[in-house]
Order: sequence, then C-alpha cells, then structure tokens
Amino acid sequence: MDRTALDLWVGIFVVAGLAALSVLALKVGNLSSYNTSETYQLQAYFSNIGGLKSQASIKSSGVLIGRVAMISLDPERYEAKVTMNIDKRYHFSKDTFANILTSGLLGEQYIGMIPGGDTELLKAGDEIKKTQSALVMEDLIGKLLYTKADEPKQPIK
Amino acid sequence: MIGLAKKLRSIGHHVVDAVWRTGYAARFFFLILLYSGTSFQRFRLTIKELFSSGVMSLIIILVAGMFVGMVLGLQGYETLKRYGSESALGSLVALSLVRELGPVLAALLFASRAGSAMTAEIGLMKATEQISAMEMMAINPIARVVGPRFWAGVISMPLLSALFSAMGVFGGYVVGVVLIGVDQGSFWSQMQAAVDFQHDILNGVIKSVVFGVAVTAIALFEGYDAPPTAEGVSGATTRTVVQSSLAILILDFMLTAFMFQGD
Amino acid sequence: MPPQALVEIQNVNFAYGNRPILKGVNLSLPKGKVIAVMGGSGCGKTTLLRLIGGSLRPSSGQVKVDGQVIHELDHNKLYLMRRKMGMLFQFGALFTDMSVYDNVAFQMREHTDLPEEIIRDLVLMKLHAVGLHGTHHLMPAELSGGMARRVALARAVALDPMLIMYDEPFAGLDPISLTVVGNLIRRLNDALGATSIVVTHDVQESLKIVDYIYFIADGVIVAEGAPDEIKSSSKPFVHQFVYGEMDGPVPFHYPGGNYQQDLNLKT
Repeated sequence: MDRTALDLWVGIFVVAGLAALSVLALKVGNLSSYNTSETYQLQAYFSNIGGLKSQASIKSSGVLIGRVAMISLDPERYEAKVTMNIDKRYHFSKDTFANILTSGLLGEQYIGMIPGGDTELLKAGDEIKKTQSALVMEDLIGKLLYTKADEPKQPIK
Repeated sequence: MIGLAKKLRSIGHHVVDAVWRTGYAARFFFLILLYSGTSFQRFRLTIKELFSSGVMSLIIILVAGMFVGMVLGLQGYETLKRYGSESALGSLVALSLVRELGPVLAALLFASRAGSAMTAEIGLMKATEQISAMEMMAINPIARVVGPRFWAGVISMPLLSALFSAMGVFGGYVVGVVLIGVDQGSFWSQMQAAVDFQHDILNGVIKSVVFGVAVTAIALFEGYDAPPTAEGVSGATTRTVVQSSLAILILDFMLTAFMFQGD
Repeated sequence: MPPQALVEIQNVNFAYGNRPILKGVNLSLPKGKVIAVMGGSGCGKTTLLRLIGGSLRPSSGQVKVDGQVIHELDHNKLYLMRRKMGMLFQFGALFTDMSVYDNVAFQMREHTDLPEEIIRDLVLMKLHAVGLHGTHHLMPAELSGGMARRVALARAVALDPMLIMYDEPFAGLDPISLTVVGNLIRRLNDALGATSIVVTHDVQESLKIVDYIYFIADGVIVAEGAPDEIKSSSKPFVHQFVYGEMDGPVPFHYPGGNYQQDLNLKT
C-alpha cells in the first residue's frame, strides 16, 4: 500500500468515527435540543420532592426549558430547596406555579411550570412562591380512605 | 507435609513473580508515556499504525455492531411487549449500546484482533533481533516502535466504539421499526429523550478511551516481554487476549459504578 | 600490546545470574585491523559483542571504546557512541516491514538531516558496494539468506562507522556467499579505515581474512595470535578446533554414566 492510499483510508476511518460520534450526540442523544450554557437560576421550596432528582427536566406546556441543578434541605425552613437552571430565552411571571409531576404512570418525576398572569417577571436568583409538592402514594391512599369514610351511607335498597 | 510446604513455596514464588512482573509492566507503561514525543512529532508513524489497528478492525466492528443492535431490537421488543412499552425500544437499544455494549464489545473485539496482532508483531521483532538492531543503531525502540502503536490504539478505540454504537442503533432500527413495526416516531423521540449527551454518551467515550489505554498497553507489554521463541510469542498472544478481556470487564464495572451511581 | 587500540577489554568478568560466562578476559582491538573471536557455541563470544556495544554491563573490569568506558556512559552519550558503531546481527535482523532501500536508509533518515536525493545516492552506493544495488525495491522476505546478510552488511556500514561488529556472519551460508561475505568484511574494513571484530566459528573463512585471532573456551582466552601462528599452534584445543577433529580437549562423549552398565550388560 503506497503512502497516499494509506492516508486516505486512515482519514476515512477517523472521519467516519467522528461522524458516528456526532450522530450519536445529536440524533440519538439530546444535545441539539438543549443548550446548557445560557441559563439563569431560580429557586423553589417544596415540602416533599418525592422522587425528583438532580438533572431532572423542567417543562412548561410539555416543552423542556431547564434542568434541576441542585436539591438540598434548607436548615431553617425544613423544606426541600430546589435550585433550577432555566433557559435564558424563557421568562416567567412572579405568580408562576412550580409543580412536581410524574411523566406517565410510573415514570420519572419532573417539574412543570404553569405561568400566571402577573406582569412582573421572575429575575435570576428569585424564589418561586407558588409550589405544589409531589404526590406521595401513602398520602393518596390515606386521603381516599378518609373521603370514603366521610361519604354519607347509602341506605340499602 | 513436605508436599504441602513445597506447594506453598511455589505459590509464594508465583505471587512474588506476579508482583515483580506488574512493577516491570508499570515501568514499561511509564516509559511509553515518557517517550511519546516521537509518536506525535513523526505523526506519519502513528498514522501507519492507525491503519493497521483501526482501519483493519472496521469490518468486524461494523458487522458485529449491526448484529448486536439487531439482537437488542429483537430481545428488547419481546421483553417490552409484556409491559406494553414497545415504544421505549429506541431508548432501550440506544442506552444499552452507548453506555455499555458499545465500549465493552468494541474493546473486546479490538483486543482480539488488533491487540493480539500487535503482540505477535512486537514479539517477532524481538525474536528476530530487530529491536536489538534498532538499539545498536542508537534509536530508542520504545519511542519508535511501541509509542506509535500505543497512541494509535488509544485514538482508534473511541472511534471504533462510536461506530459500533451507531451501527447498533441502526441495526435496532432495522429490526424494530422496519421488520417488526414499532412506531418510527416514538422510536427516535423516546431515544432522544432518554439518552443524555453528558451523562451517557460522554461517559461511554471516556470508557472507551480507558479501555483503549488498557488493551493497547497490555498488548504491547506482552509482546515486548515475550521470550524470543515460537512458543514464547504464541503464549504472549494468548495472554494478551485473556488479560485484556479481564481488564476490560473489571474496569467496566469500576467505571460504571463510579459514573452511574445513584441513577 | 600494540598501540592505538580502539577497543580495550580489561579483566572483564561477566555472569548471567550464577553462571559465569567470562572470567578475567583481556582483549584489545587495534585500529584498522580485522580481529576474529572464536570458540565453541555458548562460550561467551556474543556476550563479548554485547559488552562492547553497551547492552550489557560487566560484573567487574573495564570495557573501553575509543578511550571511553562504555558501561559508565549515560543514555545520551551511549547513543552517541553507538552511532559510530555498526553491527551485523546473526541472520541479518533486517526490518521486515520496510523495503531493502528503507532498511539501508534507516539510520541516515533517523540520525541525519540529509535531503532525500543525497540519501538515495548513498543508499545505492552502499548497496552497490555489497553487489546488490538492483534489489533496493524488494522486501526482506523476498531475499535469499545470503542476500539478506549482505543487505544487513550494507545497513551496518550506512553511516561509515569506526567499529564494525559481526555476530556469526558466516552462519548458514552457501560456499559462494561465504567467500563473498568474507571478502566484503575485509574490503569494507580497509576501504572505510574502520576496525572490525568478527565473532564466528567458521575457521577456514576467517583465517583467510583476519589479522589476529582470539580463542575463548570456558570463559577465558586460551589462545591468541596471527593466522599463521594459529595454524601451526601446538595447543591441543586450538589444533582440534582449527582442524575440526572429532575428539580432543572438547570430548565427543557428553560426560555421564557407564555405558555398559546403562545397557545392563554384565561386565
């Protein structure tokens, strides 16, 4: 094999390998749909975060707009403090709701942002006041039992 | 009683031998890194080795990747069908390949094909005194012969691993969507949602680089250290494949535990 | 001792682990001469070459090349020294993955900045000196044993070294190649003004071309002298070696056991 043919084959090999990597990154992974650099931070406090994890998605109307950066327990309020990285392109009003939702029946948990009507917008570092914690299975069952117990008894016909 | 003492002594001897050999191998690895300048200043040498180990392994990597992806598609579909989650087939195939099967299988194939070839080549060069000839000509054989092969292996490995995973995803697509009939849209969209660039793909690339270093270093060391006889070289080639395979699997466990903990 | 010795080996002892190979060996190679070192297999001849080349260190004693103690040089100085040495390995040791041309050009490309046109002229000249300039495009696998040996010789003298070492240059050659190689060793040495040391057990060829001979047996030098002195030597070992006699100081029978007893014959 003379020199130029060898170089050609090695070049093809390297280009193919890098192309495969790019295909994996862009088509298979989610690199193209989310740019990690342009974000600002917001905070929210929840009484129970359920199964929410760091790097979980933050969606509004189902569209991915950010990721959970950090979850910690606030030592003064004894609530879970969730720090979020939100895409700079999207801004929300001060009365936006942040709810912890589950994707699918048994899927992973994410934060859903439902915008409110306030004209003032949340700035970087602000706290989202209106939050709804995750649904915990035991509380749900307990609630169901109590509501059933409270129902007036139907006379047996 | 005496037989037992003899056995213990021979075991002790083997352990000391193994430790000594590990130290010798570590020193050899350090020398390769130290003399790596030549591999980059005279990149032409590394390119030649990239051809021998990388390009020549392309066919087996692509074919194996395709078939592994196809099997994943088949088996994945059968299992997911039971839970009514066939639409998740894309995520299953892609995650399995990118996180685990791509780096590990590509590395195992590389060890068997290119690794053993390197061992045999260097072993034979040593047996026919070509290495001694080079030393007598005042040319450092580690810089000129071993270094380029090492870096060619390290560069090839992530590329081959990515090609394996890409072919595998394609194979899974062919079986899942084209042959079985899983919905094309959900195949790709669920896959894109599930596979994270940083977490999955980058970790997979890191794994393949680590495997590349391990496999190539083992192959080159066994070749350089082989006794200069026919049995010596053949034993060294076998050792390369066995030790590389074990190293890949053990390193995979350690890396996976480190990267994917708390997932 | 003649003055101006290029290589001096003084009281050198060398052992592989517990096995002593060389015991108190004294040797000198005068400049411009061809010296032969002879002995049976495994007597330490090749070890001697490795000591001169600096691949091995003596347990005691000194090996001096061109006035410098070889085994005390650091890595860089040792490599500088080796550039002035050329070595012909047993069976050639050509680099099998490159052509004959590239083999001979190897040292020129690695150690000098000469442009390719000049290297081409030099390579063809060296190959012509050994009679093989028409083979420059072939690969080592396509050469016969004798031709490979000659190419290796051209490669050894590529940079016009001051010391040329030959490790069994006559091993396995046909009668024609034997004469050719012997001739080349002498002619190249004289043409280049170099010093050559030939390790061999081919007596007939060597006696024709060398200036001085050392005989090694059991790790010591048992005899030395010019070819005529050796041919007429009365020492039994030398006589047996030179005339190829079956039995003498080197016995025919490997020592061990009583033959008749081993066959269970009644004595």
